[in-house]
Amino acid sequence: MKKFSMVVLAKQVPDTKNITGQAMKDDGTVNRAALPAVFNPEDLNALEMALQIKEQFGGTVSVISMGPPSAMAVLKESLYRGADSVYLLSDRKLAGSDTLATSFALKQAIQSKIPDFDIVLCGRQAIDGDTAQVGPQTAEKLGVPQLTCVERIEHLDESTIKVRRQIENGSEIVEADLPVLLTVTNTANDPRPFIAKKLLKYRKAACDFDLPTLLTRYPQFKNADQLREHLRSKGLHVQMWGIEDIQADQESVGFAGSPTMVKKIESITLTGRGFKAIEPNEHGIKEFVAELIEDHTW
Amino acid sequence: MHTNGEVWVFAEQEWDSLQEIGIELLSKGRELADALGVKLASVLLGSNVRKHTDILFQHGADKVYVCDSPTLEYYDTVKYAKACGDLIKKYHPQVVLYGASIRGRDLAPRIASSLKVGLTADCTDLQIGNFKSPGGEEYKNILYQIRPAFGGNIIATIVTPTKRPQMATVREGVMPIPPIQDGRKGEVIIENPQLQNLRNITRILKREKTEKRVNLKAAQTIVSGGYGVGSRENFKLIYDLASALGAEVGASRAAVDAGFISKDHQVGQTGTTVRPKLYIACGISGSVQHRAGMEQSAKIVAINNDPDAPIFSIAHYGIIGDLNEVIPLLIDDIKKRRVD
Repeated sequence: MKKFSMVVLAKQVPDTKNITGQAMKDDGTVNRAALPAVFNPEDLNALEMALQIKEQFGGTVSVISMGPPSAMAVLKESLYRGADSVYLLSDRKLAGSDTLATSFALKQAIQSKIPDFDIVLCGRQAIDGDTAQVGPQTAEKLGVPQLTCVERIEHLDESTIKVRRQIENGSEIVEADLPVLLTVTNTANDPRPFIAKKLLKYRKAACDFDLPTLLTRYPQFKNADQLREHLRSKGLHVQMWGIEDIQADQESVGFAGSPTMVKKIESITLTGRGFKAIEPNEHGIKEFVAELIEDHTW
Repeated sequence: MHTNGEVWVFAEQEWDSLQEIGIELLSKGRELADALGVKLASVLLGSNVRKHTDILFQHGADKVYVCDSPTLEYYDTVKYAKACGDLIKKYHPQVVLYGASIRGRDLAPRIASSLKVGLTADCTDLQIGNFKSPGGEEYKNILYQIRPAFGGNIIATIVTPTKRPQMATVREGVMPIPPIQDGRKGEVIIENPQLQNLRNITRILKREKTEKRVNLKAAQTIVSGGYGVGSRENFKLIYDLASALGAEVGASRAAVDAGFISKDHQVGQTGTTVRPKLYIACGISGSVQHRAGMEQSAKIVAINNDPDAPIFSIAHYGIIGDLNEVIPLLIDDIKKRRVD
């Protein structure tokens, strides 16, 4: 039986789903910098789907995260749940990438580093950009079929996959040839918790960006190369790729490679506007409903 | 770069009928086309779809580009992206709009990627205006693509001035259905899609239509119940008021978590985001979570016996009172009017 090579694309995002009073500024806007960073929820569902395929059929789960070095947290959490290898795609020149530029970078990473993949999985959308575009655009660039809003894998063999996916007012069972890209919804599964043994081991995982800080903590290592070798021997060194490593040209990534630009951002202010008070009696209600009808509100 | 092209709207069709979103978009499409001084066209892909062209003309399209072929009977990303992409490459529209439906959000990014153009998802407004880039270039009469982001906490205006077409997917239920102009006609342009030897096709094995249980997204009127309703049994009041108004039933997270109603009805950051014309919040305190999911409603009515409830800070109308008394009064008044 075939073992499947799976690539999961995971993003670190600010936790926009749980905005509490503490993250609100006095002027009623959200203090984005105060939001904790989390594993994008639907990417976690994608990782879970990949891990379940690995359990059922065998194979490897590689996780790639594109972001600043803090995205290492997402990669480590993937290791704690059972991913086999994780990779950080991080480069200042990637900053400002819109979905087109991001999908280009991800496609370059996958094609240059994990070219024999069978299935790429990612969440349907990220909770900060809310676009749901990176999945389909990466599929287009990789030249593979895309199956979006996947809820369940119905069948999988060495050359084909059948999934149940959401459609408007219903669902469908669709079949595609491998290799393929799936985007996964939050209704697909319940992501597993960390595995204690893996947490203990991979807590110490680090990439090159972390080395200078770690060196101050481990004086037994004289330089970064020694520390890196040590980490590698323990399976704790996480590869960090820049744009040269994935042969991505500068013009196709970052601001230069992004046709979309932000003209303006306005925070939504939740401050009082003053409401029209309606008397809670027959007369007040009658006038109120009349007004709604007159305004064509109802 | 073709900056004088038409404005196109993708006319989504499914289960053998036109989806509302493709018609809704014609109203905004008309506005944009008029502002730009160009024609408005619908793009219609499918099998046996020519019968839909009249409806599109009646709702304001000047032209309909039709790709009618048995191979397009069932939606497939690659086939539709190829057919639509080829049309775009041939006719050079300057703007293409799609519904932000599951279909639209599956198709539009694939096309945008292959054409290497910008795409903004889930817009709630579109305008024409000018833009000066950080580098100092001036662009006139480009499309402002306005959308919420960051979980609904910010409104961003996005532009894609350096590429054509400028493409956007647009949220359902936001643009009004344009008025029908009986007998209005337009130009039908038939194109034969070149779909031979396409790789990466998917095969649909089975489709199931589920009963439309709750359609909050498209609802024009929503009556929502919160923790203040008190019990599953008492939610009957909410259902009754919704029924009288022809509205959908919504709920706050607190009501769902308390078991008063199923999660399908949840409105808010972790539920559905809605933009109805009228949102009536009954016994809902108005947490930030909930507000983020409904504050874009055109008119918000809050019924709550706590005058300090945060919901009142975004309400247009407030009824400070007991929902168990107020809701029956509302139902009675509405029923009286229905009889008239």
